Amino acid sequence: MTTSTVSAPRKRRFLREQWNNLSRPAQWAILIPVVVLIYFLPVLNPPLIATTGTDFPTAMFDVARYALVAIGLNVVVGQAGLLDLGYVGFFAVGAYVAALFTSPNSSLAKLPYLWTLPLAMAVTMIFGIILGAPTLRLRGDYLAIVTLGFGEIIRLVADNVDPLRGQSGFERVGTDADGTPFFANATAWYWLTVTIIIVVLLLVGNLERSRVGRAWVSIREDEDVAEIMGVPVFKFKIWAFVIGAAIGGLSGALYAGKLGFVNNQSFDVITSMLFLAAVVLGGAGNKVGVLLGAAVVAYLPLRFVQLAEYNYLIFGIALIILMIFRPQGLLGARQRLLARGRQAYQRLLGRGEQISGESALAADTQGGPR
Amino acid sequence: MYPAMTPFLAQSEPWISFDVAGLAEQFWNNTVDGLAQGGIYALVALGYTLVYGVLKLINFAHSEVFVVGAFATWLTFYVLGFRAGVTPELSVVEIILFLGIACVVAMAVSGGTAVLLERVAYRPLRNRNAPRLVFLITAIGASFAIQQTLRLIFGLNQQPQIRLLQPEPLFRVFGATVTNIHVILIVAAVLLWFVADYFINRTRLGRGIRAVAQDPDTATLMGVNKERVIVITFLVGGLLAGAAALFYMMRIPQGAIYNGGFLLGIKAFTAAVLGGIGNLRGALLGGLLLGLVENYGQSLFGGEWKDIVAFVVLIVVLMFRPTGILGESLGKARV
Amino acid sequence: MSGARLTRVLVLAAAASLALGACAARDQGSSSGDTTGSAAAPSQAADAANPRGDGNAVCSGVSIAYAGTINGNSAALGQNILRGADLAVKQHNEANPNCQVTLKQFDTEGKPDKAPGIVTQVINEPDILGVVGLPFSGESKAAGNLFNQAGLVAITPSATNPALADNGWKTFFRGMGNDAAQGPAAAKFLTETLKAGKVCVIEDDSEYGIGLAGQVRDALGSKASCSDKVKTGQTDFSAVVNKISAESPDAIFFSGYYPEAGPFAQQLNDKGITAKFVAPDGVKDAEFLKGAGAGATNAYFTCPCVPEDNFTDFTAAFKQVEGADPGTYSPEGYDVMTVLLKGIDSGVTDRAAMLEFVQNYDGQGLTKKFKWNDKGELADTPVWSYRVENGKIVNNGQIS
Repeated sequence: MTTSTVSAPRKRRFLREQWNNLSRPAQWAILIPVVVLIYFLPVLNPPLIATTGTDFPTAMFDVARYALVAIGLNVVVGQAGLLDLGYVGFFAVGAYVAALFTSPNSSLAKLPYLWTLPLAMAVTMIFGIILGAPTLRLRGDYLAIVTLGFGEIIRLVADNVDPLRGQSGFERVGTDADGTPFFANATAWYWLTVTIIIVVLLLVGNLERSRVGRAWVSIREDEDVAEIMGVPVFKFKIWAFVIGAAIGGLSGALYAGKLGFVNNQSFDVITSMLFLAAVVLGGAGNKVGVLLGAAVVAYLPLRFVQLAEYNYLIFGIALIILMIFRPQGLLGARQRLLARGRQAYQRLLGRGEQISGESALAADTQGGPR
Repeated sequence: MYPAMTPFLAQSEPWISFDVAGLAEQFWNNTVDGLAQGGIYALVALGYTLVYGVLKLINFAHSEVFVVGAFATWLTFYVLGFRAGVTPELSVVEIILFLGIACVVAMAVSGGTAVLLERVAYRPLRNRNAPRLVFLITAIGASFAIQQTLRLIFGLNQQPQIRLLQPEPLFRVFGATVTNIHVILIVAAVLLWFVADYFINRTRLGRGIRAVAQDPDTATLMGVNKERVIVITFLVGGLLAGAAALFYMMRIPQGAIYNGGFLLGIKAFTAAVLGGIGNLRGALLGGLLLGLVENYGQSLFGGEWKDIVAFVVLIVVLMFRPTGILGESLGKARV
Repeated sequence: MSGARLTRVLVLAAAASLALGACAARDQGSSSGDTTGSAAAPSQAADAANPRGDGNAVCSGVSIAYAGTINGNSAALGQNILRGADLAVKQHNEANPNCQVTLKQFDTEGKPDKAPGIVTQVINEPDILGVVGLPFSGESKAAGNLFNQAGLVAITPSATNPALADNGWKTFFRGMGNDAAQGPAAAKFLTETLKAGKVCVIEDDSEYGIGLAGQVRDALGSKASCSDKVKTGQTDFSAVVNKISAESPDAIFFSGYYPEAGPFAQQLNDKGITAKFVAPDGVKDAEFLKGAGAGATNAYFTCPCVPEDNFTDFTAAFKQVEGADPGTYSPEGYDVMTVLLKGIDSGVTDRAAMLEFVQNYDGQGLTKKFKWNDKGELADTPVWSYRVENGKIVNNGQIS
């Protein structure tokens, strides 16, 4: 069997090791200019990158919200190994919460837009618990189809239940009482989203390095062993689900505020699949990788919108090719059971970075899927 | 009757109804229609379930394999000289002949697409030992690619429908009218299922499939050619999808549209899981059950609740039987 | 104005023929007894605004945008309009060498969630002085306030939801009658011309479908005794068909778009339901005939659009320039684009001036007289009915 997962190209591993060997302050020193550049992208309008067929700040905002969703989905799929095909359901719930509390079309009391963000997160977390509690006992692919069903149910219920106004939708979402939108232009929304992404990255990163993160890794690798070793598997699965849901809801609320219009047509299965593609493309389990993946998935169709006819065809073929040539994603998942676990493991076994086990992320070294 | 009482409530129609009277009245009609639709779901579900049983892979591109078969059916009719809007006068023998030709062509095209899919999209990943999640993304990419190719070739709208066989009522069952299309669909779906079941359970090739599904390494040691088995699995799934496409086109002649497979694929996959994924009997049961439940749900709750009922039933069933109704699988479902 | 008089004559003729038609024997089995057959399609008004103008217009660097579905949902409806608008622009540019107007196309796919993004793009292109669009009610609702904020005129040639005009958007203008006219007209057609005592109203889940179904149900009152809902993208209508079969209505009104109406009409026909199938402008397209097959034979349509049968110059030019037959709302698209072109010809160079021009516009088009009130609605809003004959949609007389 080919063992391409055993040794990544030497140069890349070299870079990765170099990066890890830098001290934290040195890492920040490199990161900060990059972050500043990212902030100023829509203002700078760089010639090749700027989208010509569509509004560049809006495109950047779309990339940013995909990135936020990808971080959330990464927690569920990448960290905890729970295959969630209906993530768009949480995104939808967040958007609808924002719509219900700020749109003149809804009959609920109006709230200032910023308050709907934590409210959206809270409601989505509740939905996460409602969905997770009965279904997280299911394993693997059964969970996948159930979450797919859940995502579809949300979309269809929004269509059928009159107060949620189906395709008619909610207008003027994110405006305050006299109709002024929260932010006048897309660039401000982009900056807000990027700031939120940074905060969420820090929080999620902390979680990853904590007991919770290690528990997720152990669940992802082998659930039964984790259970035997005393990890409260169900509890941490729910945690993963709920945290992922909250981030998805937050992104949905931001989307609703920016777009100003929420109806059930933007929350279909294909969107769920695109979210998943963003995560896997970037490297499930790697929270920076999924940002890259989200950038690819969201940005490419917008950049080439003039090729409207061939847009999705190219995208589909690109997905196939990318998966063939880089199945571990752009930045493969990293695993840190102990602070220096990976290095110790490498030295112990005398071989390169290995992701073993039966999880969805596992490369199969046993001769094909079983 | 409930509907007669709603005229003055037209302004404030409840968004869900419990029209038990309507359900009771339409019960047999819905049963017949549900079984016919369910037969189509069952045949497509067989494709999902076989591939999953052997490879533990959710083949999301299977819906596109189905839709390619639908286009192949339409093209066959077109090439044979039939045109839209003209109902030909054909004898029974001629109808059987032409439908048979279309069936063979559709099966061949769908089977070929499935094999091509395996060769181009999945085999390189298997050779690289890619994680399972990656297969899913590739399947999505392949699904996009095939859909868009069909769209570029055939355009956005439904192909003008060509109908060989007009639905003629044949007999009545408890007040429900059963047409010739219903009979053909249900009989053919069940027959094909028997053929598939025979193939998997009684032939050598089928035994090979079951062996690989259970334990690929031991099967290889025992002399089973794993790669060949995988190709045959995809092929068989594709053949069944092609047949399902023909039946679908008989029932809904407007079905040849580039995105016509997507929703049906999801329903068929739901049916496969409902019955027990990896389980052939489960695919048949799940498909028929889903078709019935959808139609009953429409009558009971109102037309717009059709899809939700299907998913809710799935979730409820999985709550009580986590591996589907019939549970046991070709190999073992991945846990 | 002769245009108004012509209209009055036509209305009288229609009313007379409705009365005559209603008395005609209905048991001929064909649909001829249900027609208001002698109400002819209007002829091309002599003073209809011509995009060619006087040939002396001067302008530079101006564009008008079409925003709506081109390759998405129910694309045929959008393409009809786009071709009509394109014809007007081509005729204008041909006749006015010193004023070449560019027609820019933006595809919203007919989806309300895509429309705001596309409309933002349109607004951000400074050379666009006016917009023909958005063709669908749902997307108009989603993006209308963006046009309003930007002060960019958007004349919709086909979005019929009445509530659109109540949003206080000063940039919203409608090129034809809305569902508050079409709904009662459809009800009148059903009860008076088709003599239906019992009607089943089936709606889809779109903004347009739900709104229009509500109007029709209100107007029908107790005659709308059964109803059901279908979803966009649905192909299997067996349960609904069974229900209708049990109800045995005299007519079925389907409020939605042609991709669903086609299979639905066919499945009704397969079941042996002989009730008349009546559908609004969203279904009135050749694609419906393709999709419905034999089910289209007893189909009728209502539409606030005007039949172009006698617009001989227009139809000939359309076929020659666009290479296709005119479709639903093609003449309206042409008329609406002509209004904007007249604005450019009159020297308008910015959006505010174009807005003022349209607000004050008073002129005759091919289809009707265009003069908008402060809500953006027209005063003159005829509703016509159509039927299917020999595989084509033909005029069946004016309803109101």
